[in-house]
Amino acid sequence: MLPIIFVLPLLQLIILSNAATFEVKNIKFGYIDNDHTSTSRALIAQFNASAYFNVLTNFPSEAVASAAMLKGEVDVVLEIQQYFERDLQKEKHTSLGVTINAIDGAAAGVENVYVTQIIQRFNKHLKVDLFSPSDKQVQPINIETIPLFWYNETLNYKTFMVPGILVLLVTMITLFLSGMNIVREKEIGTLEQINVTPIKKSQFIIGKLFPFWVIGMGLLTIGLIIAKLIFDVPMLGSLPLMYVYTSIYILVVLGIGLFISNFTDTQQQAMFIAWFFTVIFILMSGLFTPIESMPKWAQILTEFNPIKYFVEVMRMVMLKGSGCMDILPQLLKTLFYAVIMNGLAVWSYKKTT
Amino acid sequence: MSISVSNISKSYKNVTALQDISFEVKKGELFGLIGPDGAGKTTLFRILTTLLFADKGSAIVANYDVVKDYKSIRNSVGYMPGKFSLYQDLTIEENLNFFATIFGTTIEENYDLIKDIYIQIAPFKDRKAGKLSGGMKQKLALCCALIHKPEVLFLDEPTTGVDPVSRKEFWDMLKRLQKKDITILVSTPYMDEAELCDRIALIQDGKILEIDTPESIVKHYPKPIYNVSANNMYQLINSLNAYEFNHSVYPFGEFVHYTDSRTDFNPEDLKAYLKTKKLSNIAIEITKATIEDTFMELAK
Repeated sequence: MLPIIFVLPLLQLIILSNAATFEVKNIKFGYIDNDHTSTSRALIAQFNASAYFNVLTNFPSEAVASAAMLKGEVDVVLEIQQYFERDLQKEKHTSLGVTINAIDGAAAGVENVYVTQIIQRFNKHLKVDLFSPSDKQVQPINIETIPLFWYNETLNYKTFMVPGILVLLVTMITLFLSGMNIVREKEIGTLEQINVTPIKKSQFIIGKLFPFWVIGMGLLTIGLIIAKLIFDVPMLGSLPLMYVYTSIYILVVLGIGLFISNFTDTQQQAMFIAWFFTVIFILMSGLFTPIESMPKWAQILTEFNPIKYFVEVMRMVMLKGSGCMDILPQLLKTLFYAVIMNGLAVWSYKKTT
Repeated sequence: MSISVSNISKSYKNVTALQDISFEVKKGELFGLIGPDGAGKTTLFRILTTLLFADKGSAIVANYDVVKDYKSIRNSVGYMPGKFSLYQDLTIEENLNFFATIFGTTIEENYDLIKDIYIQIAPFKDRKAGKLSGGMKQKLALCCALIHKPEVLFLDEPTTGVDPVSRKEFWDMLKRLQKKDITILVSTPYMDEAELCDRIALIQDGKILEIDTPESIVKHYPKPIYNVSANNMYQLINSLNAYEFNHSVYPFGEFVHYTDSRTDFNPEDLKAYLKTKKLSNIAIEITKATIEDTFMELAK
């Protein structure tokens, strides 16, 4: 059992962090060139040069392109209208048609940004090429923004995800193990024997939960080592702070696990309930989707989500180098949560059947 | 008194498990609760071992009230549930050590109490409890229940699912424990084990039918009882059931236990009747009532 507890989550960390990426790459790109001029070909060449697009086909007509999109053969279709070059030169203005497969809305948004960026860049070069010096006075003023990405300069997706996935692993393992543990004793009948002994409620519960606390801390340690060695995630903040927070956080999870096992009779029931809450907690934790973009009521609900605080703290401490005072609100809320959950769990645990 | 139960009642949602149960067990007595599955034996054990609250009535175990002084009771009773309830992934020795520790004692301290039993399983002390045979599991469970030198020992169907040889050994052990001044309350569905107890309570559907020594209970049997045998068992039972004067007909090993409703019963009449049913080798002889007969009669 012990190797499974450690090996599986770490495999998960390595696989998930590498595979579950939000970066949209290898976009299947098709175009309809009705113009066939050097300008239109130059535009296509820009797409070809981009690492994000796989330029696949030159469609003869819009109907063929639509059919291909329907079949899922292309994700983005660019339509260059007739007289594209002529209009640009004469009227200094023209338009392009872009069709994006938006079944995955998030990906479609990203694809749109990429397409726009390429066309803008092309546009800028074009201005230099096409405009004659006499036009200089009428050239519009361009404002260019140069973004600077703090805390994750290269926008490395893994830097962002690894701390989050580590949170997920520590949570899942400790919640499932603790949730099923006491139920298992109920199932095998050992609990009945234990209940007739003079052992105190608190002694029994601490004895049951302490091993999982240790396992949780062990998982965090190994996860951090992997994050550093394999993913080279920056660790700006203090490690002891991270451990202090995690040790409190695991108490919350263990409390929830114990609470679940008090109200269930079989491991199946416990597993089902634990899954239900983990899925909600994970999806509402800001791990994959930003909490700021959730509806107001959902944002209020996330206040009760311990995983949210853990994700925040991990990212703040590891990537931003936040200190004790910065994470104090999260720390206090988690501590409060730990007291409440364990209080409820101990209160609802009965030594009688 | 080691155990004193007065007017205990308990019902689950719509099932009455125990109805107004009262009895007393003297110190050092081996008291048997005899009844079929579902009679309420386990419920009674759970109430007496403080695992369950009774709806009505009170009980005192080892001079402690089961509700008020439940903590003291847990220190002074040993309980062996019907289902094997030790840690299957611990070895014999680890289980024993574990239970000794939570009772705040050591194996050495009370070794003389469990010695007789423990030496039988000692050769396998490094084997996991889950890998033991049924009889060895029971011996280990008994050791664990005795490790803190309890005043009262509760054994819930300790011999169910155990082979006849181990059953006999187990009862011999109980007899020896009794000599060490431990009060034992044992439940069993086997009527033949009832005769090994000092006193027994016959229990059915949550009610006590009778409490007495096994000998007196048998003497209470109201009618002469006959062993009837013939060449065809099945037809014999059918014929006896169809006989107009029958009082009770129960198959009992190679015989049928038969009682008649008439006071002036003559076995020859029955023989003649059975002959008309084309049975041969008919033998009818009077026999002693057993606890099983008594139970069947009382449970009618």
